[in-house]
Amino acid sequence: MRIVISNTSDQPIYQQIKDQIKQAILQGELDEGTALPSIRALANDLHVSVLTTRRVYDELESEGFIVTRAGKGSFVAQGNRELLLESKRRMVEVKLAEAWDTARMLGITRQELFAMMELLFEEEEG
Amino acid sequence: MRSILEVEGLTKRLGDFALDGVSFALPDNCITGFIGVNGAGKTSTIKLLLGLMRADAGDIRFLGEDICKREREFKNQIGVVWDDGYFYPELTLLEMKDVVAAAYSEWDESQFRKLLERFGLQGKQRIGTLSKGMRMKYAIALAMSHRARLLVMDEPTSGLDPQVRKELLDLLLAYVAEGNSVFVSTHITSDLDKIADYLVLIDQGKVVWEEEKDRLLDTHRIIKGGAEELTPEVRSMFLTLDESSYGFTGLTAQREKVCRHLRNAQVERPSVEDIMLGYIGRSRI
Repeated sequence: MRIVISNTSDQPIYQQIKDQIKQAILQGELDEGTALPSIRALANDLHVSVLTTRRVYDELESEGFIVTRAGKGSFVAQGNRELLLESKRRMVEVKLAEAWDTARMLGITRQELFAMMELLFEEEEG
Repeated sequence: MRSILEVEGLTKRLGDFALDGVSFALPDNCITGFIGVNGAGKTSTIKLLLGLMRADAGDIRFLGEDICKREREFKNQIGVVWDDGYFYPELTLLEMKDVVAAAYSEWDESQFRKLLERFGLQGKQRIGTLSKGMRMKYAIALAMSHRARLLVMDEPTSGLDPQVRKELLDLLLAYVAEGNSVFVSTHITSDLDKIADYLVLIDQGKVVWEEEKDRLLDTHRIIKGGAEELTPEVRSMFLTLDESSYGFTGLTAQREKVCRHLRNAQVERPSVEDIMLGYIGRSRI
């Protein structure tokens, strides 16, 4: 797993770490049941405070991404990946519906809307 | 989270200087940096913590209990490393060890021998012939050999070369990974950028703040910009400002507000030292 903490980012350090672990779980890079490093080991490797890595694990646990077993450590939660992906997908649908509503209100045509989406893909690939 | 050591309202008059209601709590299982300039009150506070001086007022609790009530027992659990050791130079390492070990009921000889070997120290060498780095390692070996849960260090890295400093920092990280805690006073804050979890800033005998290191780094920013942008309103958002005829550099704890006013400013993350100087500069004006 790759975790990079940016010195130029406006995001808090714990948020940067949390987002990258989340991404690794959602993209299947960290399999269900995989053991995560201890909060101290992760803190030492990333040169951040153990209080920060503890907050990351606490929040990942309350959001259902990982489970922590006393004395054993933290693991990627079982069976939740599909659910988590589904809820993310649902979020995308809601945002698209919002964009669609706005487009209709402004009289933006179907072709124009598709063109906008195309442009976004091209920018990413470009 | 649980605290290993709590200090409340610690007050002590020492001639012209006074510790004035010093309060803070050290989170368990963490490395806490005790920072401030020379003469801010770091060593005096540590002497009070260790019972080497009596406070005029205030409470010290170790794992939730009054430290005075179970002094002997708690003494085993707190390891101390001073910057110049208080050792007799004419004794060998093993002779001096016998003097120190007698003061602790939980002395762990095999742990001590292991540490000597790990640090490359010879038991028969005289203390007077040790280099500064070796002396520091010897002091740490003693402090870590009576099953201490908290290691208290006063300026341990000053005067050490970069390689020995790095070894010392790694050693502290390994020590807390075993479930222990460290309280380290220093004015060399670059070491704390790397290893500290929590910071307490003291200045002129008072605690200015105590905070998680990463939160401090997240909430403060160094801003650089042109002198013409410094209106009185913008000026008031900075903790410190360095101005020249070409522009300014300033520390702020109100990043978003500043960025709304200064569109073209350059924004950088500060170091622990930048933040420390920001607050000390402020209280002296």
